[in-house]
Amino acid sequence: MSYVKGLKCRECGREYPKEPVHVCEFCFGPLEVSYDYDELKNVVSRELIENREHNIWRYRELLPIDKAPSLGFHVGFTPLLKANNLARTLGVREIYIKNDSVCYPTLSFKDRVVAVALSKAKEFGFKTVGCASTGNLANAVSALSSIGKLESYIFIPRDLEQAKIIGTSVYGTNLIGIQGNYDDVNRLCSEVAGRFGWGFVNINLRPYYAEGSKTFGFEIMEQLGWRVPKHIIIPMASGSLLTKIWKSIKEFERLRLVDTTETKIYGAQPKGCSPITTALKNGWEIFKPVKPSTIAKSLSIGNPADGFYAMNVIKESGGFCEDATDEEIIEGMKLLAEAEGIFTETAGGVTMAATKKLISQGVIPRDESIVVSITGNGLKTQEPLVDKVAKPHVIQASLEEFEELHSRIKS
Amino acid sequence: MPSVRIPTPLRRLTRDQDEVSVSAKSIGELIQELEKQFPGVKERLCDEHGNVRRFINLYVNNEDIRFLKGMETEINENDVVSIVPAIAGGNGNGNSL
Repeated sequence: MSYVKGLKCRECGREYPKEPVHVCEFCFGPLEVSYDYDELKNVVSRELIENREHNIWRYRELLPIDKAPSLGFHVGFTPLLKANNLARTLGVREIYIKNDSVCYPTLSFKDRVVAVALSKAKEFGFKTVGCASTGNLANAVSALSSIGKLESYIFIPRDLEQAKIIGTSVYGTNLIGIQGNYDDVNRLCSEVAGRFGWGFVNINLRPYYAEGSKTFGFEIMEQLGWRVPKHIIIPMASGSLLTKIWKSIKEFERLRLVDTTETKIYGAQPKGCSPITTALKNGWEIFKPVKPSTIAKSLSIGNPADGFYAMNVIKESGGFCEDATDEEIIEGMKLLAEAEGIFTETAGGVTMAATKKLISQGVIPRDESIVVSITGNGLKTQEPLVDKVAKPHVIQASLEEFEELHSRIKS
Repeated sequence: MPSVRIPTPLRRLTRDQDEVSVSAKSIGELIQELEKQFPGVKERLCDEHGNVRRFINLYVNNEDIRFLKGMETEINENDVVSIVPAIAGGNGNGNSL
């Protein structure tokens, strides 16, 4: 049973049937999945969800699939931990980490969106899928398409870091390195999707794919005991995750799974790629595209597709935004690692740094519940830390040398 | 006359021409003029309030008119105006959050 009505243009409202399309052919606005909420109200309950397995499909009625899910049965339901050490360090009462740095199978929140996109791809009858990416998305598409027995083609700029290439090609995909930048890669993928009739998760499957991000928000609310936090801080690249977490809250409120309370949404960007935060801080109605220069490569989108909508959500919710320099990003990564034992990627460093600033500025009050969204794993982005963390103390295998070293360390 | 580059999805309206010449001194005039020559173009480019649609980018010599003077942006004889739909998901956000 499906509660998906179809696709709808976010700009002009034109409606489309459930097909692998992502752009309104009239006004070029993005298409979004719409649901029959009246019907959903009669079906979805806390009990229904609680009695299901701990993965993203426990919320299946609110995901854009028509048949039973076909893959991703271990994806999602990552820990939401009460971060007491961090609370002490930051001087706040109640702070939580939603930790997708341990999402299964490829250690980022991209596993959620790709599991939904590929389940949908199988419904549509695609035998071959693909994406344009530089990291987390490539890893997730490669791994999950192997699980789903789909052939895959993953397009990346040819000069990517070794770790990202190996973390994609190990699953046996067809990895294509393009001589060009991300824009070139994406443009080519649009053409390939049209010519070959393949399903590209972030192009023609994008409306379905993006819905997967809602599970990040659903889980936060369920794990808080069916409550909404007062403040959520979210990293922004295209701005899609932020808008979908907002949508998840609105849907749970509408279905009366949580009480209506006011949640403020905060966006975080690296200073070297901050079109959205710059626009918000200056009170601009539109953002100015930028050329990214930051160590947070997974947030390096100079012309964010959902930037306008992300700005609207932040304003509507009464939240705000903050950005972080490269130095602050690394400090943010270390802060989370030392306080809570979580090694997040550079994007997580951005989110931590922004959280710290918003608290110390008094924008986020110290006595209300705060959730920090951690979306990826630090093992994938080690390069910027090489000279920023302590090197090992090298000694001979001798007790005397260690005693001498120990007294030096303690002094 | 300034020339206007037409993207593939709008060429049905311009009788398959990928570049057309239009006599106009501003972007506002240019859109009116395009509509006269190719009826139906305006509603594809502008919303009901007459503003350029959010997912349509108009460039005068590679400068986005949003950062010039919008509809009032002046155009000279040899300028090239490009109409570029910002296709969501296809504009460099392959790795997006």
